[in-house]
Amino acid sequence: MIMARLLSLESWKRWLWSIVRLTLIAGLSFVILYPILQKISTAIKSKTDLYSPIVIWIPQNYTLDNMKQAIAIMDYWQTLLNTLALSSTTTLLTAASCALAGYAFARLKFKGSKLLFGGVILTIMVPPTTILIPVYLNLKDFTLMGLIPLLTGKSVNLLNTYWPFILTSITANSLRAGLYIFIFRQFFRGVPKEVEEAAYMDGAGVGQTFLRIMLPNAMPAIVTVLLFSFVWQWNDSFFTTTYLTSSKVMSTQLSSLPYNLAIFLQDGASSKADPFYLSMVQDTGILLAILPLIILYLFVQRYFVESIERTGLVG
Amino acid sequence: MKLIMKLGLKQRTYAQQKAFLGFIFVLPWVLGFVFFFFIPLLSSLRYSFSSITANSEGLSIQFIGFSNFVEALTINTSFNRILTEAIVDMVVNVPLIVIFSLFLAVLLNQKFFGRAIARSIFFLPVILASGVIMTLESTSLIQAVNDQNAGSSIINAFGAYELAGLMLDAGVHEDIVLYLTGAVDRIYQIVSQSGVQLLIFLAGIQTISPQLYEASKMEGATGYEAFWKITFPMVSPLILVNMIYTIIDSFSRNNMTELIRETGFTTFNFGLSSAMAWLYFLAIMIILLISSYFVSKRVFYQD
Repeated sequence: MIMARLLSLESWKRWLWSIVRLTLIAGLSFVILYPILQKISTAIKSKTDLYSPIVIWIPQNYTLDNMKQAIAIMDYWQTLLNTLALSSTTTLLTAASCALAGYAFARLKFKGSKLLFGGVILTIMVPPTTILIPVYLNLKDFTLMGLIPLLTGKSVNLLNTYWPFILTSITANSLRAGLYIFIFRQFFRGVPKEVEEAAYMDGAGVGQTFLRIMLPNAMPAIVTVLLFSFVWQWNDSFFTTTYLTSSKVMSTQLSSLPYNLAIFLQDGASSKADPFYLSMVQDTGILLAILPLIILYLFVQRYFVESIERTGLVG
Repeated sequence: MKLIMKLGLKQRTYAQQKAFLGFIFVLPWVLGFVFFFFIPLLSSLRYSFSSITANSEGLSIQFIGFSNFVEALTINTSFNRILTEAIVDMVVNVPLIVIFSLFLAVLLNQKFFGRAIARSIFFLPVILASGVIMTLESTSLIQAVNDQNAGSSIINAFGAYELAGLMLDAGVHEDIVLYLTGAVDRIYQIVSQSGVQLLIFLAGIQTISPQLYEASKMEGATGYEAFWKITFPMVSPLILVNMIYTIIDSFSRNNMTELIRETGFTTFNFGLSSAMAWLYFLAIMIILLISSYFVSKRVFYQD
């Protein structure tokens, strides 16, 4: 009896599929993790191992020199602090303003709200490059509808300050904000109307309903938006390298790392900069830049995956 | 509410309150939309038809008609090539990414040992594959050398050659074989760009009611049939969503963006740069319209 069941076609098929699935998932996981593993291995390798044919993954001579070099060149700790400040400020402001807008578009219908939502879709569709130059010029001579020249006599230059990021995130127009408004709207649309009506019966106004009932229920959507917004701001090179050319944040430091590296090494100990060594330190720099994100992800990933499933992003 | 009443406004009905507060809630976004999106969009359109010179007074803008567009399309040495490349890349990659992420979502939705770990690994690209990291990655010498030495030989071995031979023997058309083997070679690129899409599909699959699968199992449907008759139609609206997302996502990582920015900020030819940006935008709009027209005809909506 047991033999018959073991040999039946069904169980064979199931076993075969399990093996195929395992192979596929393991293989693809390897493809995803490969660059990270490889950077870790590069970061702790000494220069001599670079040319050693017997060293591929596990170095023969461990060293933290690469780390030290990269930390010095990138001014890592200061940069980390700046990036953390910038990303968390914009993330919180963006989440707040997008939650407000998303709730209004989902539940507080007023004349023209459909048209305005069309505007949200438009902001998602238009590539950011299309409006880059006018926004840049606008920020360079920022007037706030002519108010600032009225008070101080001339316009202010907001470039190289954090103001462009703060202003766009307060007004829900920062990096990919349209997407976040969309996520919030989808979520709030899925909350039963009865909840809202019950709150009204108990004497809560619209504002109170939003703050006390809707927001605490919206945790999945909030987590999703917070994580997306934080990570994308952290990695963003498009706006950051345009608005913040001289400030030390992770993405500007990373994109100027090759230059800084060449200068540093040529004036420093090794007179001829070895391209392989440059690349080695650069890889270490990238690892250092994404390390905080990976650590963050390790802590929130379970909650994040569950959140996405419950955001109603799909309904 | 009390504050508003103190300001001398009459008590409103609940519906009026909602409409009024709705407007207040949207107001920050409206301001941002006007100042950081709509006005810049209009000025960008104006710049694209003008020649712009900077002088002591600021910018002087002269209307010159279509000559910026003509310059971008006929005189500029790299615009046509880069635009075509960007579009070809998009057309080639978008179907691959969408199909691949749907497949993976179905896979990750099944119960197996280590599912939680597999999921967290597959969403890692959402974090890693963006912006400056991708750009630097492609210039990494170490990566290139190591690829030659070790890692990718494993990946390539079970990839391109065997697969191509097998499919050609089976009588598959040569172009399709080339497309698929190309996909195998670019597997990292595809995996790393399908994180968000994977999340969306996975969430979609989990909203499908389990009764549907139970009923079909009773009737004797195989897993294969269940996928094509239940899962696929139920997630088909998300195929449209993901396709649009993938197209939009490709804005952030291509040479076109770089060229537009360089024309604007290195050579300070704002007019030409704006014209390029508008041509690019139009090209994307056309692709979006065509593809969503064809996909939405096949999409199944439950209600």
